[in-house]
Amino acid sequence: MEGDKPSGVFPRNVRYSFLYMKRLKPVDVVIVGGGFTGLLMAKEITSRTSHSVVILERGPARKNGQYSAGMDELDYAVRLKMMQNLANETLTHRHSSKASAVPVRQYGSFQPGTGTGGAAEHWGGLSYRFGPEIFRLGSELRERHPGSKITENVTAQDWGVTYDELEANYWRSEQMMGVSGKAGNLRGEKIKGGNIFEGPRQQEYPLPPHKTSYVTSLFQATALDAGYHPYPLPAATLSQSYKNPDGVSRAGCAYCGFCTRFGCMIGAKAQPTNLLLPLVEHKKNFTLRAGCQVRRVLHRDGMAEGVSYTDVSGEEFEQPARIVILSSWTLNNSRLLLLSKLGEPYDPNTGKGTLGKNLTHQVSANIRFFLDKHLNNFMGAGGLGFGIDDFDGHNAFDPERGLLRGGTMRVQSSGEGPLQGFGRIPPEETKAQWGSEWKKASLRWHDKSAQIAFEGGHFPYRQNYMDLDPTYTDAFGDPLIRLTLDWTDHEKAQANMAIRVSSELARRMGAKVGEERNLGTRYSVTFYQSTHVQGGTIMGASPDQSVVNPWLQHWKVPNLWITGGSTFPQSASGNPTLTILATTYRAADALIDRYLKHPGALA
Amino acid sequence: MKRREFLTVPAKSLGGLLVYSLAGEVIRLQAQEGVVHVPLRFFTEPEARTVQAACARIFPSDESGPGATEANVIVYIDHQLAGPWGSDKYRYTKGPWVESFPEHGYQGRESPQELYRAGIPKLGEDFVSLPPERQDERLRAIERTTFFRLLRTHTIEGMFSDPLHGGNAGLIGWQLVGFPGPQMNYRDEIEKYHGLPYEGKPKSLEQVLGRKVQGWEDEKG
Repeated sequence: MEGDKPSGVFPRNVRYSFLYMKRLKPVDVVIVGGGFTGLLMAKEITSRTSHSVVILERGPARKNGQYSAGMDELDYAVRLKMMQNLANETLTHRHSSKASAVPVRQYGSFQPGTGTGGAAEHWGGLSYRFGPEIFRLGSELRERHPGSKITENVTAQDWGVTYDELEANYWRSEQMMGVSGKAGNLRGEKIKGGNIFEGPRQQEYPLPPHKTSYVTSLFQATALDAGYHPYPLPAATLSQSYKNPDGVSRAGCAYCGFCTRFGCMIGAKAQPTNLLLPLVEHKKNFTLRAGCQVRRVLHRDGMAEGVSYTDVSGEEFEQPARIVILSSWTLNNSRLLLLSKLGEPYDPNTGKGTLGKNLTHQVSANIRFFLDKHLNNFMGAGGLGFGIDDFDGHNAFDPERGLLRGGTMRVQSSGEGPLQGFGRIPPEETKAQWGSEWKKASLRWHDKSAQIAFEGGHFPYRQNYMDLDPTYTDAFGDPLIRLTLDWTDHEKAQANMAIRVSSELARRMGAKVGEERNLGTRYSVTFYQSTHVQGGTIMGASPDQSVVNPWLQHWKVPNLWITGGSTFPQSASGNPTLTILATTYRAADALIDRYLKHPGALA
Repeated sequence: MKRREFLTVPAKSLGGLLVYSLAGEVIRLQAQEGVVHVPLRFFTEPEARTVQAACARIFPSDESGPGATEANVIVYIDHQLAGPWGSDKYRYTKGPWVESFPEHGYQGRESPQELYRAGIPKLGEDFVSLPPERQDERLRAIERTTFFRLLRTHTIEGMFSDPLHGGNAGLIGWQLVGFPGPQMNYRDEIEKYHGLPYEGKPKSLEQVLGRKVQGWEDEKG
């Protein structure tokens, strides 16, 4: 009988995949992951068609507005309550393909979320557009730096979609979230006070910038004085109350400071649970099943047939579907395809295969600076601050120092409590790390420091990629994803430049320069850098070089679509969420307006 | 069944004592008399007394204000270790266990509970009765161990985390550093206090919400 398990005959912990799996009623579309892009695809499909959509989310179910009891620094910012539980599944890392990888046993360099809304519940809300040249970085590097030694192993490539083609969907994403900011390039006209280095925008931001804190306004004034072009950070934490084109109203940010790594207490931060879930949860053709971990994409003869998953009770199901959309977090999109034996795994020796290639992170470096004033760092918002792009992209070109492209620098008041903030002391004060002297200095300097943080685009390299780990497995016994990733001299040059420029700026602010956090000699998983890991199932103009076409449709399996940062051929300096949404909107249009009418390959 | 263990602490450390030092000065209010028996969830009483004494050297009570003893840091640590985090319910603990670069972080097999159980005896059975200088020597001897790093981190956490986790008694830690706790709204304050100390008095999450809040360590599952 269908779905029956021979209980009592076999031990419970043994998995008999596919044999005793309960086969569910087929649906039109199954989406893996209930985060920002999964819910956006679901909202577009269910509101524009009558197709049935099921989202399978492996984490807990969340509703809109559940976060007031979460204003607790320990559980959320330190113990990371909103993130995936690494006890069940983590990743492994090694610095080169000659080494064997070890598991990342506790959180470090990035923090994937789980549960409805995914990482976009706990994000900080920074909503950059990528610069136009990022979408054609392969061509850009060949044109500007032909024969460069630095780019020898760089596998940057064009996306197959240009900034101009994406502009309208950037605007749609900004309107959905109510991004607050100031344009610096309006239809080609450079505007003082905005980011003059950004790509041309057709419209001013939906909302004006945030209020400023002392330290961010000091940075702005100092950067201006130094001849740079500071701009208020584009933020999806509303600067005032806002109603978006979908009719969703939210209150303006109250600067409570419980923002990044927290869900927003008042819904001012753009989150899938306040922007998208309320629009779909009542619909007859929408279902979200939480606690359901998708383990394979089922496929036959070049077509996806659905997915198999295990629910929280351990029961296994097969969910047949006409269309499968992978919208899980970056690494898991690649892992699911590798586990499902769908696509050709990338081989760094031959350069053949596309699945798992162009793994990038971002280049993070920062300096701490001390001012003899109370900064009230506990107030703020994830997106409150000023940035400068005077050293971003080609602006940073410095051949003598081996530097082709740079990144963005910023000072933020993103909200920081005493667990993270206590014990920051100018280095000359004391060497003690505990005891009376340390305590006295820590109290004297508490809440009197901030950082200038750098985020640089990370080139993709031939040698950085992901595949399945041969040794370590998850709670189900499936192989973990393995990252082979290390810094090259170019990333070190990016970070060194950032430390040099930001130290000068800090001194100009009248601050004492404290601890520098540079890249170190090797990639480290021990400290947080950003959750902007990208690549693995990249988009591109040809099937030899990419997994999905520029509409995010799988090149070889036309009813399989993939959304998110895993489709980016390289990382930019800016935070990726806005570009993730813009490319997802574009994919949704292609799927609904073209594919559903004439199923088949769109490119 | 394990015998129930208690730690005896002065009542004044459980909220009777208020120290307010936003302006840098320490004001001592009336202290309650007597003692309170705090039930222990993980430690034995001798272990708790040793850890308490060590925390008091890491974050001492001295002329710059109250410390780990007054904040009940020991209660915080006991609760964390007894909870799921203490037994590694959120850490990847499958083998093989191998040593690697420091850039790969802690690769040890031992859970926080096990690190404490193994680390406490290194301080010596007589640790509690030693003079402070001798206690500091013993702590310096283990300064580079994972156990000590954990103990130091936990001391800071017990000083400054919300009292719902058992430490920061009477909001002593937040008063020491002028942290107002979880407040819902700084729309006006963020531009008003430009470079000036914020004057709001601290409130705990339960005081702000007017209801009980459970820490992750108390959740079932």
